[in-house]
Amino acid sequence: MNEKMSQAPLLEVKHLRKLFPAKSGFLSKEKTFIKAVDDVSFTLMPRETLGVVGESGCGKSTMGRSVLRLIQPTSGEILYKGQDFMKLSGADLRRVRSEMQIIFQDPYASLNPRMTVGEIIAEPLNIQKKYSSKEETRDHVVKAMEVVGLNPKYYTRYPHEFSGGQRQRIGIARAIVLEPSLIVCDEPVSALDVSIQSQVLNLLKDLQSSMGMAYIFISHNLSVIKHISDRVMVMYLGHVVEMAKKTELFSNPSHPYTQALMSAIPLPERHSKRKKIILQGDLPSPANPPSGCIFHTRCFMAQEICSTQKPELKDIGGGHYCACHFCGKCQQGE
Amino acid sequence: MSKKVFGFFNKQKEYEKEVLENGTAARYSGFYADSFKRLKKNKMAMFCAIVLILIILVAIFAPLLAPYDPTYQDYSAVLASPSLAHPFGTDEYGRDILSRIIYGSRVSISIGIVAQVVASLVGVTLGAVAGYYGGVVDSIISRIMEIFQAFPDLIFAMAIMTFMGKGVLNLFIALRLLTWVRTARMIRGSVMQLKEKEYIEASRANGASTFWIITKGLIPNCLSTIIVMVTLGIPNAIMYEASLSFLGIGIQPPTPSWGNMISAAQTFISYRPVYSIMPGIAIMITVIAFNIFGDGLRDALDPKLKS
Ligand SMILES: Nc1ncnc2c1ncn2[C@@H]1O[C@H](COP(=O)(O)OP(=O)(O)O)[C@@H](O)[C@H]1O
Ligand code: SF4
Ligand SMILES: [Mg+2]
Repeated sequence: MNEKMSQAPLLEVKHLRKLFPAKSGFLSKEKTFIKAVDDVSFTLMPRETLGVVGESGCGKSTMGRSVLRLIQPTSGEILYKGQDFMKLSGADLRRVRSEMQIIFQDPYASLNPRMTVGEIIAEPLNIQKKYSSKEETRDHVVKAMEVVGLNPKYYTRYPHEFSGGQRQRIGIARAIVLEPSLIVCDEPVSALDVSIQSQVLNLLKDLQSSMGMAYIFISHNLSVIKHISDRVMVMYLGHVVEMAKKTELFSNPSHPYTQALMSAIPLPERHSKRKKIILQGDLPSPANPPSGCIFHTRCFMAQEICSTQKPELKDIGGGHYCACHFCGKCQQGE
Repeated sequence: MSKKVFGFFNKQKEYEKEVLENGTAARYSGFYADSFKRLKKNKMAMFCAIVLILIILVAIFAPLLAPYDPTYQDYSAVLASPSLAHPFGTDEYGRDILSRIIYGSRVSISIGIVAQVVASLVGVTLGAVAGYYGGVVDSIISRIMEIFQAFPDLIFAMAIMTFMGKGVLNLFIALRLLTWVRTARMIRGSVMQLKEKEYIEASRANGASTFWIITKGLIPNCLSTIIVMVTLGIPNAIMYEASLSFLGIGIQPPTPSWGNMISAAQTFISYRPVYSIMPGIAIMITVIAFNIFGDGLRDALDPKLKS
């Protein structure tokens, strides 16, 4: 691929918001909303892997699905290869959709139990009417199975006959069969045995280097994120609190929340001096997020200003973004 | 970038033999064909299917098969016992019972099948719409269903028959007003569950139309529910018709139905038992055949039960 071309971003997401109406009181007229994703912006380059990490319920899945418009975002802008993805409809939308795919967490719910492996992997080709003949479609599916390490003799088997790891390979084959430019991977290994996880992660990495797609890789597991990402985005309560190149983020975590997450990773070195940071309190409800800095109710560094003033997500140097009033001014675990 | 990528991994030559010739890929022809293959292996279900086809053929070709006009009254042979001329004997007006059973199958089968299919179509459509779209649409449909469900079935049917008058069409309506609700509720529940499944989301992510999602994603996964409802609903409707006719508010004589024949025969049950036994057996065979065939079909439609 041309070097200059690859400098143009594949995906630009600006001020993405998704509010879900929350069940309010029986008689109350007042409408409340769950702010699942609140003002998220990022850019994704071709062939890049953006890791998205955060506790369960912080809006990672909602963000990933909103980017693909599987959930209609409440507001925000999504530019895909420079065109306004939010405004597309009909045939244009369908065409762009063929370049964007998703891999799910649950290897059981993500495959139609009434379709054979071959039909599941052929579905994107059939929806997009890629080939006019059944033979061409079948040949392409057989190749895709081969690429993800599934023996094509399983073509006519049903998904329930496979293990979780193999099912995830079927899901991956379905995602790559149209040779997309972007795949949202929503916790693709979280439901798998640890021994299988690295196989699937390595498969995803290999596919990326041979096919050149970009990943938005969602996980609550920092070790997985560290293994696969080029850049990492840390989310908390629907907000981006920190975003940086992987090496930068892991060597210099600047947001107190990121520091807390990292202190929880078990270290391989025995004599680590690192102290585990234990967050106080529970995760606040996204229906009623704290004022000022959304993290102040649990932050070990919180000051007066934090509960009143919202910190901006600002560049603290070299594309390292952090949303904290005291970014870079703190030492881990102080 | 496209095409070439797969080219690198293209070992198709090696697989050509295995998959496309010896493998199952060449033989596989889709979900429904596959299900039919499984059904054919179920001997009992296939036997019942043949029985049902025969019963349906009898209903269709009743005028050719019946030895007598079912309303022809032969006063020289009233309540005759079985003989060569009248294999099942005659009734109190000297009408041939075999001919009346043959013609009676028309009422039972048409009420059963046509009405149940219509009810299922209504039920499946309304249930699927309520489940798929949710919101206000769902609320409205659900309220209507609750109203219908508030009455006990037979009482409801009797009330309608009394109110609208007797007749085949009214019987139709009375029976159908009951059963679509059950179908609709089941389908609504299934669709609500299914539409949240990630494989439906995967189809949508690829730009699938609503039609595609309904026909490829939802229906095949609801199909066994629908099949069971229809095949068990048919004998149920046949029983209801028989009950209403037995109570004298269903099909009116001289038009024969299995239900009104049993009703008329009860007076003579000790004198001429064959008169009531024969329509009873007809109902029994039909109902049992539908039940067994329905079970077989449900199993065949579930790939998980493949042996
Ligand atoms: N369809 C929905 N309706 C209402 N609330 C939702 C819906 N989907 C997600 N949420 C809420 O949005 C928040 C973010 O959820 P999610 O994106 O699934 O988080 P994550 O993937 O990070 O675990 C959660 O509080 C969740 O309860
Ligand atoms: S702004 Fe204050 S509360 Fe928020 S992360 Fe920084 S120190 Fe903690
Ligand atoms: Mg999630």
